[in-house]
Amino acid sequence: MNDTFNVSSIRRDFPILSREVNGKPLVYFDNAATSQTPQQVIDVIVDYYSTYNANIHRGVHALSQEATDKYEQARHTIQKHFNIAKAHEVIFTSGTTHSINLVANGFSALLQSGDEIIVSALEHHSNIVPWQMLCERTGAILKVIPMNLDGELLMDAYQNLLSTKTKLVFCNHVSNALGTVNPIKQIINKAHEVGAAVLIDGAQAAPHIKADMQELNVDFYTVSAHKMCGPTGTGILYGKEEWLNKLPPYQGGGEMIAEVTFEKTTYADLPHKFEAGTPNICGGIAFAAALDYMSGIGFQTIAEYEHELLSYATEQLLTIDKLKIYGTAKEKTSVISFNIEGLHPYDIGSILDKLGVAVRTGHHCAQPIMDFYKIPGTIRASFSFYNTKDEIDILVEGVKRAQNMLQ
Amino acid sequence: MSIKEIQEEIVDEFSMFDDWMQRYEYMIELGKSLPLIEDQYKTDDNIIKGCQSKVWVHAELDNDKLVFTADSDAIITKGIIAILVRSFSEQKPQDIIDANTNFIDEIGLKEHLSPTRANGLVSMIKQLKLYAVAYQTQLK
Repeated sequence: MNDTFNVSSIRRDFPILSREVNGKPLVYFDNAATSQTPQQVIDVIVDYYSTYNANIHRGVHALSQEATDKYEQARHTIQKHFNIAKAHEVIFTSGTTHSINLVANGFSALLQSGDEIIVSALEHHSNIVPWQMLCERTGAILKVIPMNLDGELLMDAYQNLLSTKTKLVFCNHVSNALGTVNPIKQIINKAHEVGAAVLIDGAQAAPHIKADMQELNVDFYTVSAHKMCGPTGTGILYGKEEWLNKLPPYQGGGEMIAEVTFEKTTYADLPHKFEAGTPNICGGIAFAAALDYMSGIGFQTIAEYEHELLSYATEQLLTIDKLKIYGTAKEKTSVISFNIEGLHPYDIGSILDKLGVAVRTGHHCAQPIMDFYKIPGTIRASFSFYNTKDEIDILVEGVKRAQNMLQ
Repeated sequence: MSIKEIQEEIVDEFSMFDDWMQRYEYMIELGKSLPLIEDQYKTDDNIIKGCQSKVWVHAELDNDKLVFTADSDAIITKGIIAILVRSFSEQKPQDIIDANTNFIDEIGLKEHLSPTRANGLVSMIKQLKLYAVAYQTQLK
């Protein structure tokens, strides 16, 4: 690990971490849902609205020019971070759900009845529902890559699902419910062998793993800013130029047109073809600031420290009687989904909240995974690089206390 | 006792506790005294939507009064529905419709009143009142 990594000084960057909840210091372990925002990013948001808030790409005035420059600069920062070949392959969206819907909608024009779409058993609802809707519209068939009890995808079964009928494969890079890191390189290569396109949902991976789009050779990749120290309601869709050119526009409106007459509209070039209307300008700029902030610490350093937290938390939680962890894949990010035998996750979560510990309870928008394990849901603690082992001790004590109260 | 009197009694009981832990423990105790719904009514149709845990409620008329039975798969939620059932059960439908539920705030469970709260306290109140509205129509 990088010797300069100092979690106490990092924590000082995050104002929210010093607040109290129910009279107790906040212990924030819901990072897989939304991460917290450092002062450096908050400053960028304040600066935007204080000094150069204006609409982009249209105005001739100085403010509009300044905002446009910063927004396009942000696109370049994102391009560089993910090693994307061309800046116009970065489409700003409101986040991963929007990105996936954009692609699903586009493919409805390209699919025919009988074509096949493959999704993984580990998907978030946002990566299941749009494809079901797409299948309903086009008559395409949805197939699912099964998983084992550790929460790992069965790659042999995947191989068997693939055929020349396969047009699209969708899989998350990291499972939000279990933290499994999926073998996406292998998934992408095998799909390409049969000529299928691949969309990887990177929402849960991007805060922990710096993905290289050219090396992965992936066709589409989605990211949400709010899971990596950026603001909510902002994200990107990466798409290979050839695919983005093939897809029809998703929404009509300003910005996405080249010329409009009542007879015919011609669409703007990439990326504007997919960026109708006034975008979340401040959000895009702040997203780039968040990437700069995390890169300043170093993604390798972050991953190593989070791995240390994951090992420590796994070890400590397993000392609790009747505790079971769901998702024990060999490759995992810092997410632990668990239950206490005989107790409802909601009860544990409510008591943890009273103790100032924020966790997520429920099905984590991944009901098929909960059905697979035959449970109503889990308690999910997800760690970020600003969390500490002391906080994990508070979680463990809290779970024990809840167990005592409830049994 | 009227709904108001029952609610005052519950507020009185909770006022003995000075921290959340004791209040939660008492709520868990109250859950144990909940008149349980019969298995035949524990169907998906009787699950209250909007709760993270499962809550089943059944209502039937006994002369001109409504009697509620319920259950939940989560212990805290069971305590919450038990408090509601205790205040509304064996009351006239019109009285249930007219009753307010401000006492929830007074017993220190205000955070559960938020409509986005996963336990769906608001959905539970709404469901009990809907039963009252339905049976009120029947009585007329």
